Amino acid sequence: MPNFIMSYLDSKEALTPGSAGSQFWALIYVLIIFAGVSVAVIAMNWIERKLLAHFQVRLGPMRVGPHGLLQPIADAVKLMIKEDIIPAEADQLVFWFAPMIGLLAAFTVYTVIPFGPSQAVSDMNIGILFMLGVSSLGVLGIVVAGWASNSHYPLIGALRSSAQMVSYEVAMGLAVVSAILMTSLNASGTGTLSMIGIVQAQQQQGVWFIFKFFPLGLIAFAIFAIAMVAETNRAPFDLAEAESELTAGYHTEYSGLRWSLFMLAEYAAMIAVSSIAVTLWLGGWMRPFPNLLHAPAWDFIFSLFPGLTFLALAAIALIGVARMPAHSFFRIQRIGLAVFAALLGFVALLLLVIAVAGRSADMSVAGRFNDGIDHVYWFVLKVAVFMYLFIWYRATWPRYRFDQLMKIGWKVMLPISLGVLIVTAIVGVIFS
Amino acid sequence: MSAYKNDQTNDASNRALSSLDRSNLDLKTPDKTYLDSNELIINMGPQHPATHGVLRVILKLDGEKVLGTECVIGYLHRGVEKIAENRTYTMFAPYVDRMDYCAAVSNGLGYCEAVEKLMNVEAPPRAQYIRVILTELQRIASHQLWLGTHALDIGAMTPLFYTFRDREEILKIFEKYCGARLTTHAFRIGGCQYETYAGFEKDVKNFLTFFAPKIDEYEALLTTNRIWLERTKNVGVISGADCIALGVTGPVLRASGVKWDLRKAQPYAAYSKFDFEIPTGENGDTYDRYLVRMQEMRQSMRIVEQAVDAIPEGPIMGKVPKVIKPPVGEIYHSIEAPKGELGYFIVSDGSTQPYRLRVRPPSFVNLQALDLMVRGLLVADVIAVIGTIDIVLGEVDR
Repeated sequence: MPNFIMSYLDSKEALTPGSAGSQFWALIYVLIIFAGVSVAVIAMNWIERKLLAHFQVRLGPMRVGPHGLLQPIADAVKLMIKEDIIPAEADQLVFWFAPMIGLLAAFTVYTVIPFGPSQAVSDMNIGILFMLGVSSLGVLGIVVAGWASNSHYPLIGALRSSAQMVSYEVAMGLAVVSAILMTSLNASGTGTLSMIGIVQAQQQQGVWFIFKFFPLGLIAFAIFAIAMVAETNRAPFDLAEAESELTAGYHTEYSGLRWSLFMLAEYAAMIAVSSIAVTLWLGGWMRPFPNLLHAPAWDFIFSLFPGLTFLALAAIALIGVARMPAHSFFRIQRIGLAVFAALLGFVALLLLVIAVAGRSADMSVAGRFNDGIDHVYWFVLKVAVFMYLFIWYRATWPRYRFDQLMKIGWKVMLPISLGVLIVTAIVGVIFS
Repeated sequence: MSAYKNDQTNDASNRALSSLDRSNLDLKTPDKTYLDSNELIINMGPQHPATHGVLRVILKLDGEKVLGTECVIGYLHRGVEKIAENRTYTMFAPYVDRMDYCAAVSNGLGYCEAVEKLMNVEAPPRAQYIRVILTELQRIASHQLWLGTHALDIGAMTPLFYTFRDREEILKIFEKYCGARLTTHAFRIGGCQYETYAGFEKDVKNFLTFFAPKIDEYEALLTTNRIWLERTKNVGVISGADCIALGVTGPVLRASGVKWDLRKAQPYAAYSKFDFEIPTGENGDTYDRYLVRMQEMRQSMRIVEQAVDAIPEGPIMGKVPKVIKPPVGEIYHSIEAPKGELGYFIVSDGSTQPYRLRVRPPSFVNLQALDLMVRGLLVADVIAVIGTIDIVLGEVDR
């Protein structure tokens, strides 16, 4: 094996490839994350449609593949072969470029998201600043798209979303600052802006920041949780694409692949902001009670969770196979679902084998692999909770009006987040 | 007018409209506004997800603020009133179902009663009870459809599916009764064509027990929902006096505090025999209209319950000649349709076809109030107000 591959694997410290200076592994990580996020977005598409359908007493996609499992793929193919329309009056170049901006912003954020202590592309020392800065570039894509369409509804949608995203960025930023303040409550008295550092600070202080200085951390988290829904233009703050008002908002004139890029960017941004929330307040990659239940036996039990989760998914799929009508019409679907269940079961088996093989927490390859899977698992699980919330909000709530949205942003969220920040600072000084 | 005068002290119908002033509204040319930005003139509709069909509203906007609106209608015009002049009275009856296709039964009731009044015949009691039951079920179905679409316009997707699920039960009863779900043609001039099927009473009673908790379910989703309150309270306010001046009727009028319901004011069919209340609102805003309609569904259930329990035996068809030939004369008869006062003005020249038939559609008249209600509000409110007026374009355009 060439040195540039092995040197990173052989290093004794858990570092991100970026920090270790291994460009090869950084590239591999980038590819993995890009593919992973794309798959997650496609999966989200199916999950959202299914969940919404079940909230709304209907079945959702059922025709393409067993239980509509292949629906996202069918959608993707449909979008790709669709006619690509650029309106005659549109600004061609900008119209073409706009979806890319949003997508770039949404995906660039993932460079600093820590799926584990070494499971990130790079550990930037200004990680959170970088993240907020890049993610707020996403609004540029929307504004430009609305303007380039040269049409009234997209223009109004774009103006709404720019005003909305800018307003909520302020409250969001202040909430983030109060979490960063908490990272400085250690012996040296210096905090950190590094995403990995923030999680490690929670580990050292032995508490997720959501529970720190109760209820200060909780309030800051709540502010962030609301602001991030507004930031990603999701219900009940989906004014920019309110279909009952502005037909489709800023992407009214878009179709086919270009439109799907907007969707990809939106879902990628949702996952990104959820990742920030998880990192800042919910202990990032840490499993529950890492300090309370720290015996190796507990480590082992918790490391079984990923495998067990996949085992449960496989069992659900098998139940689906069993519940399918016996008619020969469903034969292919039944076989397909059985294969899918077998695939899930195989993954589960693999994960369980790794968990058993790497149970001694050493720096062996199996051990590091096991740790890595653990970290990613808990991180993804926490993010998934937020994803579920996003869908739940959408199914439950009506949409806010533009002026009400602004009122909440500036008159409610901003003062509260400012107050929380000040009180956190004072309490922090008293207790340190 | 009598019931109205009992409730109000001054004769408001003669008063000038308090706030409707169209003199300074020019939808053709944009003016310069704040910071030299142009006013925006946009078309909402005729193809738009939230205009409930093919309504086209020209909006004059200053940013998001609505300076004025103009409704352009006629995209669904089929000339129903002219068709009536070339059809016999019997042949025309199914056409009225196509006006307000969300409340076909109510339309049919109004038409049949108008012709009966012209011919001076009366439907037998059993037919009248069947008419009341079906019409009130139709009112519930119409309000369900309104609730679902209105909530969807405001951004709550889920109530739409719940209301459609529950509306299905009513449509099943219609289907069992007369074979059709939407454009039912349930009644005939002089009574009903069909006897109730075996198990009709049971089906209706089952529906009542099924539906009572469902209204609570809708209300749990919306009535105290903060966002719903913010989106509907003080939005699209219209005073009782303005309603009367514009001829606005139905739940919109009642939500503005005017206790006017033709079922009580000029009882038709068998309505005088039932005990029910007329829900009214106070503020005349979108939220009050929502509450009034929710209450109306409960009151309709009360009426249906009483009617099913007391349904008399007997014939279902009155003494009507085979060929319907009303005497020379004219008649105006109106009923309380789900959306407001639905009136039929029929001029007969003694032949088998009406000389002139004019429909007073509640949606068309109520739609006039849109401009008054949305001036100065935001674009999102226009959608909410269109939804709360509860228009059906088939009826607006006829």
